[in-house]
Amino acid sequence: MAYKCDKCGQEATVHLTEIVQGEKHEKHLCEDCAVSEGVTIKTQVPISQILEELVLQSAAGGELARLSCDVCGLTFLEFRQQGLLGCPNDYKAFEKVLVPLLERAHEGASFHTGNIPANADEDERTQARLLRLRSQLKEAVEHEDYERAANLRDQIKELEGS
Amino acid sequence: MKLSDLTRRRAEWLRGTAPMGHVVISSRARLARNLAGMPFLSRCSPEQLSEIAERLRRTLGKVGLPGETFYADVEAADPLDRQLLVERHLISRQQADAKGPRGVAVASGEAVAVMVNEEDHLRVQVLRAGLQLDSCYAELRRLDALLEGHLTFAFSSRFGYLTACPTNVGTGLRVSVMLHLSALKMTGEIEKALRAARDMHLAVRGLHGEGTEPTGDLFQVSNQVTLGKSEVEIISEFRDQIVPGIIEYERRAREALLKNRRIALQDRISRAGAVLRSARLISSEETMFLLSQLRLGLSLELVDGIGLETINELSLMVQPAHLQRLTGREMSPAERGEARADLVRKRLSAGGKAGSGNGGG
Repeated sequence: MAYKCDKCGQEATVHLTEIVQGEKHEKHLCEDCAVSEGVTIKTQVPISQILEELVLQSAAGGELARLSCDVCGLTFLEFRQQGLLGCPNDYKAFEKVLVPLLERAHEGASFHTGNIPANADEDERTQARLLRLRSQLKEAVEHEDYERAANLRDQIKELEGS
Repeated sequence: MKLSDLTRRRAEWLRGTAPMGHVVISSRARLARNLAGMPFLSRCSPEQLSEIAERLRRTLGKVGLPGETFYADVEAADPLDRQLLVERHLISRQQADAKGPRGVAVASGEAVAVMVNEEDHLRVQVLRAGLQLDSCYAELRRLDALLEGHLTFAFSSRFGYLTACPTNVGTGLRVSVMLHLSALKMTGEIEKALRAARDMHLAVRGLHGEGTEPTGDLFQVSNQVTLGKSEVEIISEFRDQIVPGIIEYERRAREALLKNRRIALQDRISRAGAVLRSARLISSEETMFLLSQLRLGLSLELVDGIGLETINELSLMVQPAHLQRLTGREMSPAERGEARADLVRKRLSAGGKAGSGNGGG
């Protein structure tokens, strides 16, 4: 039986069953709405498969296939085969394909907001702090918490000026 | 120390008080870290692999890991000893089976294990009995800071701590709990509960992590998202939203079993005790399955005369490598079946009767 997306009425490909206090709730969403809802359920899909899909979906598939890292020499094809990166620089070299991959794997996120090494250089620390504030700002705006948003904007301005 | 001596020791961490121990066997938190300016392992030359292993071994020796500490060279270890480390959750099966220079530093009564050259240069883990995620993470954070005093880790402001597999990038933090979900298994609701867990972005695995099947109704549940949330957010979400939900499902299933199928349940648990006390040949799967029933019986007060400690100890001792190291010889599966049955029979008769029950019925 084909379900229609609860949000937009297109064909639903994501089906969720939630059990809240013993009651079953079903949700049917199309791929796009599932992503915008922050719902992606194929979290155990192997990376190679996600990569394959990304390449097939991408008009720039051929371009992706030619990517490689000039530090460790890893090619995109090798990454696709083994699902492992070759060196820290790969996060730069393959950024184009990694960002959508990370978003799939991490509930839509591609920015780090956690701990920063104590010995990270000052510039790196400032950048990381700015990123964190921006992500908090985005969240505050989404939650219509304008007081917090204004406060965060001030902090960002201050940090950028320093 | 000799690795085989581990079988004579108890895992100290498992003996401590276990909050929510009726369902949560253990909590674990681990961080993935890589050295800055070094390729990840898959692109390392053999020389680089040795260099990393040596450097980390030296660092781990001098940072002052808590309690008695030893370093096991996994590459040089006998395959049986590697398996022993896997059974004690000190290294992963992947690390046991891998090739090349690699090892593990074990400290604090086995509560702390730092794997060197697993999938990342470093995997730091902290284990605790029962539900103790906060305490696991607090210790992990302390160890991370300690290591950062001596090492520089690969980090980018956008992506956080950089890892070989993009699924670990960001915080590099994976938290997990080992859950005993025997009532859900019996009532057939386990799939439903686990599907709900998977929908919440969790991974569900077996006793020994990735690629293993659940045995003895033990399920390992862990977070999947490591990027875009802070460590504290990851821990608190897992602790407050995920784990209590699953515990509550299990609690209700147990209640329903007690209410609707009490005699049948008691019968099963008593039979489990009887088989364990009299079998002459037994596989580790069957032993784990029956021990699981006893564990359930214990938490429902349908069993007396046997302690949780005995069940925990047996669950470890009946595993193939432990059994062979305990008896001091390598054995075929059939010989192990006999040795295992002997061990279980002795422990349970020494520990008193199981399954006779005073829980009323």
